Amino acid sequence: MASGQEQAAMAYWKENVRLLITLLIIWFAVSFGLGIILAPLLNNIVIAGYPLGFWFAQQGAIYSFIVIIFVYVFRMNALDRKYDVDEK
Amino acid sequence: MDLSLTTYLIVGATFVLYIGIAIWAKAGSTGEFYVAGKGINPIANGMATAADWMSAASFISMAGLIAFLGYDASVYLMGWTGGYVLLALLLAPYLRKFGKFTVPEFIGDRFYSTPARVIAVIALIVASLTYVIGQMKGIGVAFSRFMETSYEIGLFTGMAIVFFYAVIGGMKGITYTQIAQYCVMIFAYTIPAIFISLAITGNPLPQLGLGGTVGDGQYLLNTLDNILVDLGFSQYTVMKGTTLNMFFLTMSLMIGTAGLPHVIVRFFTVPRVRDARLSAGWALVFIAILYTTAPAVGAMSFYNLINTVQPGEIGAEEGNLAYENVPGWFSRWEETGLLGWEDKNDDGRIQYYNDDNAAFDDTAAEYGWAGNELTVDRDIMVMANPEIAQLPNWVIALTVAGGLAAALSTAAGLLMAISSAISHDLIKGVLNPRISEKGELLSARVAMGVAILVAGYLGLNPPGFAAQVVALAFGLAASSLFPVLMLGIFSRRMNSAGAIAGMLSGLTFTLVYVFIFKGWFFVPGTNMLPDNPENWLLGIGPQSIGAVGAVINAVVATLVCRSTAPPPKEIQDLVESIRVPRAA
Repeated sequence: MASGQEQAAMAYWKENVRLLITLLIIWFAVSFGLGIILAPLLNNIVIAGYPLGFWFAQQGAIYSFIVIIFVYVFRMNALDRKYDVDEK
Repeated sequence: MDLSLTTYLIVGATFVLYIGIAIWAKAGSTGEFYVAGKGINPIANGMATAADWMSAASFISMAGLIAFLGYDASVYLMGWTGGYVLLALLLAPYLRKFGKFTVPEFIGDRFYSTPARVIAVIALIVASLTYVIGQMKGIGVAFSRFMETSYEIGLFTGMAIVFFYAVIGGMKGITYTQIAQYCVMIFAYTIPAIFISLAITGNPLPQLGLGGTVGDGQYLLNTLDNILVDLGFSQYTVMKGTTLNMFFLTMSLMIGTAGLPHVIVRFFTVPRVRDARLSAGWALVFIAILYTTAPAVGAMSFYNLINTVQPGEIGAEEGNLAYENVPGWFSRWEETGLLGWEDKNDDGRIQYYNDDNAAFDDTAAEYGWAGNELTVDRDIMVMANPEIAQLPNWVIALTVAGGLAAALSTAAGLLMAISSAISHDLIKGVLNPRISEKGELLSARVAMGVAILVAGYLGLNPPGFAAQVVALAFGLAASSLFPVLMLGIFSRRMNSAGAIAGMLSGLTFTLVYVFIFKGWFFVPGTNMLPDNPENWLLGIGPQSIGAVGAVINAVVATLVCRSTAPPPKEIQDLVESIRVPRAA
């Protein structure tokens, strides 16, 4: 029984870390990728008055951060329930 | 009603509100004093975190910074928000599950080491104290400028208010006060922003207005780019620094944000692990309301300023505003010394252009310009906004109350972190472990009082290096606390030797690098290399070095850990237990 619990805990942690890595890659891509490294290139595209690289750096990255955290909250709550480790 | 009376009334009303909340939320136990009894609703905690985080600098100075730096100021926008992703994903839920009172306490317990705890206390106090000096100065300046009192009276009033609600209410009082302060701040910031956006672009949402069009149908950002180039500046929307330095500065600000103890400890105050995650999301929503508005305020008030002094064609004799025709707000801000005009070519008109640009010298001479004549303090961009948009006096007064709320809420959060580190980690944790609950509560209140006095003293006699140290506070938090907190959660194998070696090497590296360029202990003249990009390691400035320090911390910790014994079984069990939300 104990080993079954241990395995479940390990699987839970593995899924958690996989989710973290996915979200951190997106976090890095929208801020450092689109907002800084690719910004000069993206600035050639203008959407609704915004050069795109500039938009990502001053608006888009911030909106993306919010979405990332709420996706994390939602997915972790589901994961907690799946492995039955959520707080009662 | 005249402006100063309105200001006194509105600021006075907010102070009565803060004190009223403190009396209502009096802390009765150490749990209530340190972590508000862990009973704060996650949305409310998000709001309090936002107020805690957004300092006088965010409220007053950031839009001005954006106005004058354009795209390059994005480092602050992304850095000071992106850190919340790291907090939410890597720290907040696990530290909440750990379930104690302070950040050094986690480090001490996780690394089963009193020295580790003491190093964390020192890092916390240095980072928080340097940060609080800036807030104290903000309080003094805001008072003296708008309430027409002396700097000292302003500072003492601010200290007394913080003393009252922080010492009585502890974390509980601070939390509810910060919620009120957030509301004051955000109204004060967004109302003038909406009006200025409507006036310039016809769009009431500043976030969209920034991409909108101005009077002649041209895009605002495009127009700004063109005017600036015509005046010898760089384009507003393009990068002026190096990509590498922007990268490291953004990273340092993000990791620093996630490592600052007064922010981390806010996630100890919610009831459950999942509330800690959610609360980080709400904190960022509330912060983003101000942070996505600030770029619009910066660009629009800058556009207004340039258009005011350069109403006609650039280079034409009549193109510049005649000084006798300046609007009322211009003269009022001249009186404060934050806006200045000097007629260098004796034409009675105001010329504003980039006289540092050698390539532009010939053009300027052709126009008959003899140097830039306008000096603008960046801080007036937010504070003068309501006047420029011709809003009623109560809005101007609200802006003052907002600036004070921003400084007071951050100061209180920092002082709370300092006092709990002293009373809980040093007095109870090291010096007198058998202290009673009542004794600890008393010592927490005394520590808070002393911390306020020290902060006040530093506000009155700010050390010459205060401005540089604020940037350093982020570097210190990034290079000392964040990596070991993260390793403590994500590596079961990480041991005390690794953590201590990591913290010390990260801290030392960052401090030495900063001292080389800024002077040893900031003593002027003792810097070993001039502080300019040619001398920086790979072009990474002293303010951006925290990210490198964090990497060094993590690498050293891992190497030392590999060559020493693993942590005891009960510590490995502790790590297991903080990884799952449900209590064992």
